[in-house]
Amino acid sequence: MDKEALLKTVQEKLKAQFGEGLISSEMISDYPVFTLKRDIICDAVKFLYDDGDLSFQFLTSLAGLHYPDNNGHELGVMYNLHSLTKNFRIRLKVFFSISDPNVPSITPVFKGANWMERQEFDFFGIIFKGHPNLKRILNLDDMPYHPMRKEYPLEDTTREDKDDKMFGR
Amino acid sequence: MSTKNKIEKTKKSDISVSALEIKEENDYTTLNLGPTHPATHGIFQNVLKMDGEIIVEAVSTVGYIHRAFEKIAEHRNYYQITTLTDRLNYCSSPINNIGWHMAVEKLFNIEVPKRAQYLRVIVMELSRIADHLICNSVIGVDTGALTVYFYIFSLRERIYEIFEEICGARLTTNIGRIGGMERDFTPKAWATLDVFMKELPAALKEFENLLVRNRIFMDRCIGCGPISAKMALQYSFTGPNLRAAGVDYDVRAMNPYSSYEEFDFTIPVGTNGDTYDRFMVREEEMWQSLSIIQQAIIKLKKEPAGIFHADVPDFFLPPKEAVYNNMEALINHFKIVMGETNIPKGEIYHAVEGGNGELGFYIISDGGRSPYRLHIRRPCFIYYQAYTEMIKGKFLSDAILTMSSMNVIAGELDA
Repeated sequence: MDKEALLKTVQEKLKAQFGEGLISSEMISDYPVFTLKRDIICDAVKFLYDDGDLSFQFLTSLAGLHYPDNNGHELGVMYNLHSLTKNFRIRLKVFFSISDPNVPSITPVFKGANWMERQEFDFFGIIFKGHPNLKRILNLDDMPYHPMRKEYPLEDTTREDKDDKMFGR
Repeated sequence: MSTKNKIEKTKKSDISVSALEIKEENDYTTLNLGPTHPATHGIFQNVLKMDGEIIVEAVSTVGYIHRAFEKIAEHRNYYQITTLTDRLNYCSSPINNIGWHMAVEKLFNIEVPKRAQYLRVIVMELSRIADHLICNSVIGVDTGALTVYFYIFSLRERIYEIFEEICGARLTTNIGRIGGMERDFTPKAWATLDVFMKELPAALKEFENLLVRNRIFMDRCIGCGPISAKMALQYSFTGPNLRAAGVDYDVRAMNPYSSYEEFDFTIPVGTNGDTYDRFMVREEEMWQSLSIIQQAIIKLKKEPAGIFHADVPDFFLPPKEAVYNNMEALINHFKIVMGETNIPKGEIYHAVEGGNGELGFYIISDGGRSPYRLHIRRPCFIYYQAYTEMIKGKFLSDAILTMSSMNVIAGELDA
């Protein structure tokens, strides 16, 4: 099955199963990408996992996204799924508002999603509902912000020990 | 029952953890394994709840050397991010560097000439050997066999000499450039490679003679820290750790890059996913890498000499003499360094088979001088989360061995 056929097959299956839940599907460079409604993401991942023809049973990666200009859909999560038996790769995306950054956790389907989701919670403040142990992983527990959000500058602005008066950037 | 009796009993019948949990909470000892423990090969902390010598529960803390690569990358030019990838799995930096270059080339639509691809294959396979050599010799150290570690390090030194000759650096190599290699291999690099190719089989054979059928080593490693194929896939394992569990997933074969489809190599798989299988899979992969390098050298001879990069003046720095004497070269140099080149918009994912597994770069470009978003799939980070489950109900010394055989590299874990 080539990439176009894969795009069509997955699109039809998701459409038949979730109807309105599938917002869009497109080909980005060589990857079929599907945008879904966030409430069905765990069900969709489970559905693709169980589907005999596709069997997307490997979670390659999971990444948070932040587009501050997309009103009402500022935050997002990208899921990179791989079917090892058929060698298909697809991406799923969900977008949601920054004021309500909740998304169902996919840890019931993939155990490996545990730390990946913790990392994106740490970086973006995305709350994965149903996650068994959602706390920061790479940064300090009491860090007051989520550093990968676009509004945060690279340098830590709370530090007072750095004097850039003479060699300022 | 005293602790000593219990250990003996555990040895015989492998009593389950649930049976141990009947004990009162204060009968357990809390033990901090790490952050800086000589046996953990890096900065990892595991808070262990111990019943005598048996681990009842473990909690991992990671992030001690978190350097926010993904955030820094959003503020840097594409060519400046290569130095960040050096510091992921620093035992095999060249694979990370070239993986990054290939991801960027995919975004920029650059076709790299065959000769440069073969040069890259040689560099990547050399660094895979270096990576596996460290991991396997460290398994030796943790089982009490220090000799093999010192023997094999002279071989690793040879690989680093080759890297030094190609790019000037040894550990954090920053090897290659977007569009190819930064320079052709020097005659000395070829000569050192030649010596290395002659030395490796004998040294590796000696290394294997010391460990593979060594009764003490086998007793120590077989059945230590096993993981089933199903569990490994659930935890998104990749690389030698997944193959040791019996799944033949290798990015080089499944999604070939840099002309790997032209090479003839096999993918070794294990059955039990324990320390011994992980050791053997890495061992066999070194032999395969050796054969790939030999094939690449033969293929290289058929290609026109002297070509080591694509003809992309917008992205590949011109030679220094040209910059001083030629207007176009000066302009290109300036534009590349200042980040004024036209970057295409796009969204790509490119993965390479790193020392530890699938190392993936997910880049979103909005046309700016640096990526809008860069997500790095670090294999270590993903499979290390299974560690606490793998050591539960096992001995403390097995936990150390399990960690070293999984080849957890702090740089890649914490990024």
